[in-house]
Amino acid sequence: MLWYIGRRLLQVIPVFIGATLLVYGMVFLRPGDPVAALGGERGLPEAVQEAIRAQFHLNEPFFVQYLYFLKGIFTWDLGPDFTGQPVTETIANAFPVTFELAVMAIVIETVFGIGFGLIAGLRKGKVFDSTVLVWSLLLIALPTFVLGFVAQIFLGVKLGWLPVTAGRDPNFESLLMPAMVLAGTSLAYILRLTRTSVAETITADHVRTARAKGLSRGQVTQRHVLRNSLIPVVTFIGADLGNLMAGSIVTEGIFNINGVGGTLFQSIVRGENVTVVTITTILVLVYIAANLIVDLLYAVLDPRIRYA
Amino acid sequence: MTPRKRLMGVGAAALAASLVLSACGGGTGDDGGSSDAGAPITVGNTEPQNPLIPAMTNETGGGIIVTNLFAGLVYYDENGAVQNEVAESIESDDNVTWDITLQDGWKFSDGTPVTAESFAKAWDWGAQLDNATNLSYFYEPIEGFSYDENTSIIDEGGIEVVSDTEFTVHLKQAESDFPIRLGYAAFFPLPEVFFDDPDAFGESPVGNGMYKLSEWDHDTVVSVVPNEEYIGKREVQNSGVDFVIYTDEDSQYNDLLAGNLDIIKNVPASAFATFEDDLGDRAVNQPAAVTQVINVPEYVEDFQGEAGLMRRKAISMAIDRDGITETVYNGARTPAKDFTNPVINGWSDSIPGNEVLEYNPDEAKKLWDEAEDMDPVGDDFTLYIASNADSDHQSWIDPACNTIRQALGIECEFDAYPTFAEFLDDRDSRKIKGLFRGGWQADYPALSNFLGPIYGTGAGSNDMDYSSKAFDEKLKEGNAAPTIDEANVLYQQAQEILFQDMPGIPLWYYNTTAGYADTVENVSFGWDSDPILYPVTKAE
Repeated sequence: MLWYIGRRLLQVIPVFIGATLLVYGMVFLRPGDPVAALGGERGLPEAVQEAIRAQFHLNEPFFVQYLYFLKGIFTWDLGPDFTGQPVTETIANAFPVTFELAVMAIVIETVFGIGFGLIAGLRKGKVFDSTVLVWSLLLIALPTFVLGFVAQIFLGVKLGWLPVTAGRDPNFESLLMPAMVLAGTSLAYILRLTRTSVAETITADHVRTARAKGLSRGQVTQRHVLRNSLIPVVTFIGADLGNLMAGSIVTEGIFNINGVGGTLFQSIVRGENVTVVTITTILVLVYIAANLIVDLLYAVLDPRIRYA
Repeated sequence: MTPRKRLMGVGAAALAASLVLSACGGGTGDDGGSSDAGAPITVGNTEPQNPLIPAMTNETGGGIIVTNLFAGLVYYDENGAVQNEVAESIESDDNVTWDITLQDGWKFSDGTPVTAESFAKAWDWGAQLDNATNLSYFYEPIEGFSYDENTSIIDEGGIEVVSDTEFTVHLKQAESDFPIRLGYAAFFPLPEVFFDDPDAFGESPVGNGMYKLSEWDHDTVVSVVPNEEYIGKREVQNSGVDFVIYTDEDSQYNDLLAGNLDIIKNVPASAFATFEDDLGDRAVNQPAAVTQVINVPEYVEDFQGEAGLMRRKAISMAIDRDGITETVYNGARTPAKDFTNPVINGWSDSIPGNEVLEYNPDEAKKLWDEAEDMDPVGDDFTLYIASNADSDHQSWIDPACNTIRQALGIECEFDAYPTFAEFLDDRDSRKIKGLFRGGWQADYPALSNFLGPIYGTGAGSNDMDYSSKAFDEKLKEGNAAPTIDEANVLYQQAQEILFQDMPGIPLWYYNTTAGYADTVENVSFGWDSDPILYPVTKAE
């Protein structure tokens, strides 16, 4: 088991180098000069632009710039961005709130998705099942920004139940609405995955055997149905953690949350290459970690799976 | 406050970040010298894109903060008129050499005095090439300034400090509107502490303005409280201001409606149709010092010569400005009557030649056909209007193209560049294949600010390469005129030349579309589209 984890962690090294090089190459090749755009409509005088390019090593060849970046990453001193803010500070400020939001969303989608999915699966074809299916279809069909704006206007502005935005004071209360919006689509998927999986497992031989042994209904559901049904769901949730962290741009924008999605988007627009590459790299690492945890969870859920 | 709001009218984007819970504003009443106790005023804003150093501040997010933290020689009142602030007098016989006398008793918020030296050294720092300041071009008219080598305008004799309260500025040539420029951020003074460590100063600036900084929590809030050392005429009536940072105008607007925010500077385009109903008399819709044009590059052959000039005029008359400002913008834009802006003193709606700005499809078609007879571009000609597509320009370019198509019977297309930077690439290397979007926001309220920097031969923003001796001459005469009123007459004559040559096609003036909640009173907006904050009070 430890050997397995160690091997998986060693894979991080080539992935890290590959990802940074690839992403750095791509942002390097982007057309348009971010320094020219700094001055807006009027533009900065050429001499001033030159001075700024020199300050950010933008005149250097690609590999020199990349080495500067690697040096920055390993010393965790990536220098300032165009606004004069240290890049590391910007990133360190962005991650906690996004992480908090992602965790809240994961909890919401897991609890409600698995809960409703389980009940729907156990009562396949009944009223509850059909109702939940229709609702989940609706959630999947609605784009996040529609859900976000509707929730913001009704729950926030009209009814005043929850804070409209979370920018100044991102706490549990103000993050609740964004987390619900963010969880919406995934919740529907988890629900449907669980339902199908449970409905299938219920008819399996080992469940019939468990029942025949005289186990109570609750025990059968918990130990034999649910546990065996969770493998596809766990796979989905693992991949979703990465998505939630990187893909919350829309939600973060609507609710004015200063998180990773917004920072990444602004950095791309403004040509802040170092910030873009660093955030992307961290997201890659998050994906790798999430995948590893999912793989380990397989073994916990299904004793037949072992790692050596 | 600047000509280069990159995403004009769409709200410049801010960086993201910050979990740090901001302590609820900085304004505890005991900080404020002349203020009432109470919660600070909250204003929706974007994250400043530069350190809070006046000479670095070239965008609106930082602009509104810097103008409240610093006091210049003069300031602009609600109508854009120039009022003395630190200056006792600003005088010149020839518009070249300016004698500036300061009032006694001004201090920075750290207690150090504001002297002639504070101004001279600040301008000198801003003008030095090595410091690569964003507003460096403001010092270009001063003797000794150079873009070729690092120079000190003090050492070169551009500024002479006579005494603690008096200094002299020598310009390279006559500039009659020089005093009007002195209220702009580039000409604010700096305290001694700045020169010890400019980087640290940019994070926690020390000014001589109405307010002083109490906290800058990046991407979250910038809090200012009244500065008790301030002795100017604009007495602060509140306990401070929190500039709350937003990246999205819709969420900012919703916060205003929900009562979580007192003042917003920009109404989102999605609410143009409804905001006057939503906010009632708290909705603000007044002219702003921004003018939108379509520029005509001289290097595009189709627009050269006599036939080219007829085409320029034909296109101008083919655009239904009234229709577009009404249907697309719900009146949040005003059809243009000239190349400048109605907010500015001396503006006129009756400049000879401006009838080409009237929608006149028949006359337009006639002109176009005449040009075709003279020097045809052919039937498969397509008119391109270039712009960046990363802010909302398609919404007017498409309808403008429609009216051109209908009036002239030619193809017209939006030549979209994905980002502003890519648009600049082609614009600056003169590769635009048709017309291109231009927009100008005044730095200071003077007619010349809309003319010289854009249409002067070789001027920084003359991306059309337009060059007219007659126009340059008129401008120079205006700059040398003894009074602003006399100068304005000459500037208007310069505009007549522009209407003959049509280096650009003026479209419309922006409006300041803003609003405030019923939680505050005495809110008004200045000529520069920013709220005037010092008289604002919380409603009881």
